[in-house]
Amino acid sequence: MNLVFSWDWLPRLSQGLLLTLELTALSMALGAVLGLVLAVLRVYGRGPLYPAYLLASGYVHLFRGTPLLVQLMTIYFGLPTVGVRFSPFVAGILALTLNTAAYQAEYFRGAIQSVRAGQMQAALALGLSRLQAIRYVVLPQALRLVIPPWSNELIYMVKGSAVVYLIGVAELMGQAKTIAARTFRNFEVYIVVALFYLALIFVLTLLLRWAERRTHVPGLGMPGRV
Amino acid sequence: MLLRVEDLHKRYGKEEVLKGVSFSLDKGETKVIIGPSGTGKSTLLRCINRLTEPDRGRIWLEDVEITSPKVNINRIRAQIGFVFQDFNLFTHLTALDNVRLGLIRVKRMSKKEATARAMEELARVGLADKANAYPAELSGGQQQRVSIARALAMEPKLILFDEPTSALDPELIGEVLAVMEDLAQSGMTMLVVTHEMGFARTVADEIIFMEKGVIVEQGPPEQLFRNPKHPRTAEFLRRITDLYGGER
Repeated sequence: MNLVFSWDWLPRLSQGLLLTLELTALSMALGAVLGLVLAVLRVYGRGPLYPAYLLASGYVHLFRGTPLLVQLMTIYFGLPTVGVRFSPFVAGILALTLNTAAYQAEYFRGAIQSVRAGQMQAALALGLSRLQAIRYVVLPQALRLVIPPWSNELIYMVKGSAVVYLIGVAELMGQAKTIAARTFRNFEVYIVVALFYLALIFVLTLLLRWAERRTHVPGLGMPGRV
Repeated sequence: MLLRVEDLHKRYGKEEVLKGVSFSLDKGETKVIIGPSGTGKSTLLRCINRLTEPDRGRIWLEDVEITSPKVNINRIRAQIGFVFQDFNLFTHLTALDNVRLGLIRVKRMSKKEATARAMEELARVGLADKANAYPAELSGGQQQRVSIARALAMEPKLILFDEPTSALDPELIGEVLAVMEDLAQSGMTMLVVTHEMGFARTVADEIIFMEKGVIVEQGPPEQLFRNPKHPRTAEFLRRITDLYGGER
């Protein structure tokens, strides 16, 4: 067997890598905002907020219960039927965001619920409003606790973002497809692409571990690594 | 009269925890609530700042009815300190930030003002040198003292103590009781649930004995300890003396 690699692939693959990074970063960030709101509603949505709780729960079930691919196709190919049209990039971001938000909501919810109930009680007893207590006491702790599961989601999304090549977004996977089709070097191209993903995820993992150490406070999370 | 509680009722499912509790507290007074576990002492304290909503009955702080649905409960709570059995210091904040949080977010003080005020209170409980320590880096006794400083910093009209020494190792109880005794002597109004009979005896202006959701008897410590009027009080005092070895 004779493997042939070419430096000519590099510009395309780098472009693809950049786009993958962009897709992941944008959808993770937007998904975090939406996920956080969903999680807070799922945990604290009682009384007058109960309808919001139901809505948030319904959302999470819907988007965790259907394949990302189906969501993407519905948005890009389905919505034009009712007159809503997005560019491939926007449709991709939208699908990835809506999908990851549901997963992130569950990670955030778990983290919020693992903050001891006494923390909220103490905050309320001081005279903080419930919203202030969430903002200044519960979330700062929950966000630290959520870093490890959130890292998982980030890694998943780096790879999961590859599905948008199917609607013509030229991210890493899309570029690989193009190169492979032109050169017939399928094996080599995909090996290189795999290495690109591997390297990207390795760097992101290091970054998150650094963030985890940076924000660590004694007595909160990271058992055994105090 | 600083605090007035009238006919307070609370039920959890089938169990009626408070069955009509009434009492009052004057400014500068320290009252200690004693009684067997599970008789509603903690529930009573938590109803007073409405961390638990009472089912029936009314509570006044000075001339404001706390139990009125129209009242802004956050503003009431800012005037009532609460010291928890398991401290509940904010895990992610240093001792200083624990004390400052309410000052900055509730009292809207500037950071500089809040820092000065917080350091004052930390010094008062003997922990100025631990200002930058996280709760996990402090002993239980130190954590409880920080939580007292956190309550004090808000300049409350009244502090509620919910078994403040029950989670502490025996050798750490003294330092917390000493701080509380100082407070009582400085004229702070305090309502304390505790099993520390020595403290009750020496510091309280009045003892309230509660059992099964009602106040069985109340009176000055000397009278209640020496001549309890009610046989249930006598029985409880005998049992707790056996258990805790009398006065501390």
